[in-house]
Amino acid sequence: MERRFSAARLLTLTVAWIICGFLLAPMFISVPLSLSPERYLSMPDGVYSLRHYETVFTNEAWLSALGDSAMVGVGATIIATLVGASAAIGLWHLGGRAARVIGVLALMPMIVPPVVTALALSRTWVTLGLFDTMFGVILSHAILGLPFVFMTVSASLEGLDPRIAQAARSLGAGALRASRDVVLPNIRPGLFTGALFAFVISWDEIIVTLFVSSRSVYTLPRKIWSDIRDNIDPAVAAVSTILIAVTVLVALIYLIRGLLRLKEA
Amino acid sequence: MAARDARGRLDPYWWFVAPILLIVVFLYLLPLGNVLLLSVTDPDLGFGNYERLATAAGPVRVLLTTLRICAITTVFAVGLGFVVAYAMANAGERHQKLLLVAVLVPLWISVLVRAFSWLILLRDQGLVNQWLMAVGITDEPLPLVRNELGVIIGMVHYLIPYAVLPIFAVMKGIDPRVLAASRSLGAGASTTFLRVYLPLTLPGAFAATVIVFVFALGFYVTPAILGGGRVVMLAESVSVAILQTVRWGFGAAQSVVLLLLTLALIGIMARTVGLKKGLG
Repeated sequence: MERRFSAARLLTLTVAWIICGFLLAPMFISVPLSLSPERYLSMPDGVYSLRHYETVFTNEAWLSALGDSAMVGVGATIIATLVGASAAIGLWHLGGRAARVIGVLALMPMIVPPVVTALALSRTWVTLGLFDTMFGVILSHAILGLPFVFMTVSASLEGLDPRIAQAARSLGAGALRASRDVVLPNIRPGLFTGALFAFVISWDEIIVTLFVSSRSVYTLPRKIWSDIRDNIDPAVAAVSTILIAVTVLVALIYLIRGLLRLKEA
Repeated sequence: MAARDARGRLDPYWWFVAPILLIVVFLYLLPLGNVLLLSVTDPDLGFGNYERLATAAGPVRVLLTTLRICAITTVFAVGLGFVVAYAMANAGERHQKLLLVAVLVPLWISVLVRAFSWLILLRDQGLVNQWLMAVGITDEPLPLVRNELGVIIGMVHYLIPYAVLPIFAVMKGIDPRVLAASRSLGAGASTTFLRVYLPLTLPGAFAATVIVFVFALGFYVTPAILGGGRVVMLAESVSVAILQTVRWGFGAAQSVVLLLLTLALIGIMARTVGLKKGLG
């Protein structure tokens, strides 16, 4: 019986790794493509070149797209983190039915299909004069990131004893001071994860961006999107490779930090 | 909870909640309400947009295509995700960690990069077709992309991680003593798996099904790139109505259908397995 069991186990593990291969492998196809010396998209044939990377870092359009995306990402992260974390802390103290209702409402932008959000914001942004402005794009990305910050911060608050804030209050600290000096230091990992989520969501966002901007704000995903749709410039492969490299690097840092923490414990 | 204390002062923590309330109500719910209104007022007052949606050939085909692709994608993503979750839940700690990383890394990779990669792999001159021809499975390139097959491959690839996580969470919570009890009462390995383990994983599998289906409904980038304009799903149809043909009312009506389907499914999940558990 034990042998049959371990054979079944080996089989599921093998199949699981094949599926994970299907998940991981396709993304690395852009690496060789980006090193091709040709002007068109092709596999390099023994000769490699970095010309497409040069294009990305010298071409006006790619550079301005990178700049716009960075600006939007940082702005959206700051707004989403401030608003989301303060709401999570507030509702953690308040509790009750109203808090639960607000908590569910705060998750709406995550649940509603992005194209519906895009349509709703597009109309409103035109009315408010925010259409195709930097602030308009930042605000719409912040709205999309809010639920993620709210969720991660709420999750870290669940493990925190509310009495530590009450202790601070009874010693004379106001609500703001108690939150900043006592609660915040205890939920730093959750806050950081939430901010990271908000940034990545903004950095990768395309649908809402298509609906709330046209010419003056042109983010990196938008540039990639229009390049894929027209004719595929090999520079897209170079940009993809850079984006993947950054992701893998961040994942490795997280993994190593996690392993170090395991060892400490 | 009393909003005001004995002296009638507002609890100061309401100030912490005020910004999110203002943003969600005025910059989110109100605009959504506006979409609802638009769907029955533009171009004319009434339900003309919805009538077109339910009767005209083009829109009906979009709706059917969307539901078909979502159903097929969900079956594959949840099925494959179940296997990965099962292997993870029953593997040693090292395998479990590595598999988890393999599942999580794709989540952080740009959706555009993933669609682009599949487009390159699956096109006529792509590696997959080259390999199929080299092995002798086919003499000429198979049409793997710019059709429904390509869209489904890209979507299943995107959605597997979202299926793995809720199923894995439920599997980790299953008490091994229950399985041991089943074995000690004389049930064989397969009976234990089918009649004890599988039913216990159902809440996770159900949550995964709802999440994957809901995400699939709203897909835009993957079908637009891998469908090559030939496979139009609901989300892309909304964007065509707004950005190209400028029929706001019709786009709004399609959005409302998308929204109601999504909220209904999430509502069912919230009632059965709980919103928190389902969304991980």
